[in-house]
Amino acid sequence: MAMNDQASSLSITALPAAAPVAAARSVGQGPERLFAGAVTASGILVFGLLGAIILMLLIGAWPALQAFGPAFFWNPIWDSVAEKFGAGVMIYGTLVTSLLALIIAVPLATGVAYALTEIVPSAMRRPVGIVIQLLAAIPSIIYGMWGFFILAPYLAEHVILDVADLFVDVPVLNKVFDYGSGNSIFTAGLVLAVMILPLITAMFVEVLGATPVVLKESVYGLGATRFEVIRYVALPYGKRAMIGAIMLGLGRALGETMAVTFVIGNATRLSPSIFAQGATISSTIANEFSEAGGGSLKLAALLGLGVTLFMISFVVLSISRKLVGHKVQN
Amino acid sequence: MSARTARRKAVNAAAGAVAVGAGLVSLLALGSILWTLVSRGAPALHWSVLTTSMAPTGEHGGLANAIIGTLIQVVIGMAVATPIGIMAGTYLSEYARGSKLGNVTRFVSDILLSAPSILVGLFVYVLLVATTKAYSGFAGGIALAVIAIPMIVRTTEDMLSLVPVALREAAAALGAPKWKVVTLIAWRAAGTGMTTGILLALARVSGETAPLLFTSLGNLNWSTSLTKPMASLPLAIYQFASSPYDDLVQLAWAGALLITLGVLVINIVAQLAIGRRR
Repeated sequence: MAMNDQASSLSITALPAAAPVAAARSVGQGPERLFAGAVTASGILVFGLLGAIILMLLIGAWPALQAFGPAFFWNPIWDSVAEKFGAGVMIYGTLVTSLLALIIAVPLATGVAYALTEIVPSAMRRPVGIVIQLLAAIPSIIYGMWGFFILAPYLAEHVILDVADLFVDVPVLNKVFDYGSGNSIFTAGLVLAVMILPLITAMFVEVLGATPVVLKESVYGLGATRFEVIRYVALPYGKRAMIGAIMLGLGRALGETMAVTFVIGNATRLSPSIFAQGATISSTIANEFSEAGGGSLKLAALLGLGVTLFMISFVVLSISRKLVGHKVQN
Repeated sequence: MSARTARRKAVNAAAGAVAVGAGLVSLLALGSILWTLVSRGAPALHWSVLTTSMAPTGEHGGLANAIIGTLIQVVIGMAVATPIGIMAGTYLSEYARGSKLGNVTRFVSDILLSAPSILVGLFVYVLLVATTKAYSGFAGGIALAVIAIPMIVRTTEDMLSLVPVALREAAAALGAPKWKVVTLIAWRAAGTGMTTGILLALARVSGETAPLLFTSLGNLNWSTSLTKPMASLPLAIYQFASSPYDDLVQLAWAGALLITLGVLVINIVAQLAIGRRR
């Protein structure tokens, strides 16, 4: 069908070419310049979008950056009453929840990708692949609601007390696993892990599937087991792209708002315990925005948090893109 | 069988078991999410949810205004994003191969693709809301557009790069100017893939919450004015789910089920389109 369409459109486009060359050129040049101009302008618009985002965030955050100086980016004080603001607590919360998410999600994704590429019968791979894609498309607010109504109460009842009991007499660990609540940094990390799991798994499957078959077959031919082929051939072969995929998952976790805001408790004070309530950059922005009046110092501080998040994500995503390349990401 | 071989076989079996175990754990978590969504959302999903506007607790409100609000903002967003995204993707694929500006634009677009959506909300807040001193459905639509654009750019460029050069050369040899080669040949050949990209962007922005918090703000009342705060399904879910009232929480689950079904249906349609092409 597509070929017929092309054939008919070809004959239409071919007609003006039958006219004298000069005439064809005069017909062609106006629209040609217009079209080239329009697509180039759109390209430049997209290019300018990133600059515009940085600029607008900086403009909005300027009063706060001026008032607190560079210390804004590490000061662990967030006091709305005294109007003293710093991003330290939120940067800590953002990094810890995201790292927890990676620690949980990466081994799971590796296992699932291994099972999918080597163990599951090939007829099932495409349906399973589609299901993974669909799971990755579920809006993040759904993960947040699930975390808030199902996971957090479950953890509070069955996990957190037991783990805290277990470590209560161990020096450092009793601080890390101190008694806390269902809404905690740990819960946020776990929800993020479940959320980025389909994304990372899909990319891992793609990377492992991209190992040249000849390479794998030749190692099988030497008598290697399936595990050895994955461990010594596929993993080294796709290492770079897999690290890129992990960084992309990290980028997603760092900036996630809704899944985290529901379950982290939004407490803007520092605590060494992962079972304590905490806050991430994005959860603080989402949670406190409505309390910040237009033009207030607090609003500027929240936009300053936005600048901070932008810088962190930019670094992570740039590294990811360098490792993955332009192709595999989507 | 030597001891070494036995050990290698044991390791292989153990790795397989661990991998299957990981798969089961993942399925358990994701199954729990879907089960919760259906078991809590389906009972709350009455016709009245679709026909009545949001209301305070005890007044048997629905989500009609939120659904309309989401539709309006998504339409604005896609109407702005689709032409810009397609044109910019075309620029990258057809006009900027190997050029410096093209490479930088591709990089910027890739960064925007994965950038936290809450930043887009803040950006549009400073750009449109703070300057006009009014939260508006229009600002919400623009925020969604900013999120959709890089997705459309990416798929458009990828799909155009799959169109055989010979096809373009054939048209050019017949005397077609470049803009006709692009619009009548390349766009047409890549049409299905480009449409898929637009559908996936549509699905993604439909469920976005964070960028709307600071732009369209949300609205309990029926309003279709583009210059006033506008309700949307994700914002209504957020608002109701964090309320202490049972009836509102139930409504939030109904909304969550609706939005997920919508997103999944669009995704499945998009997947089918790709499948048919293969």
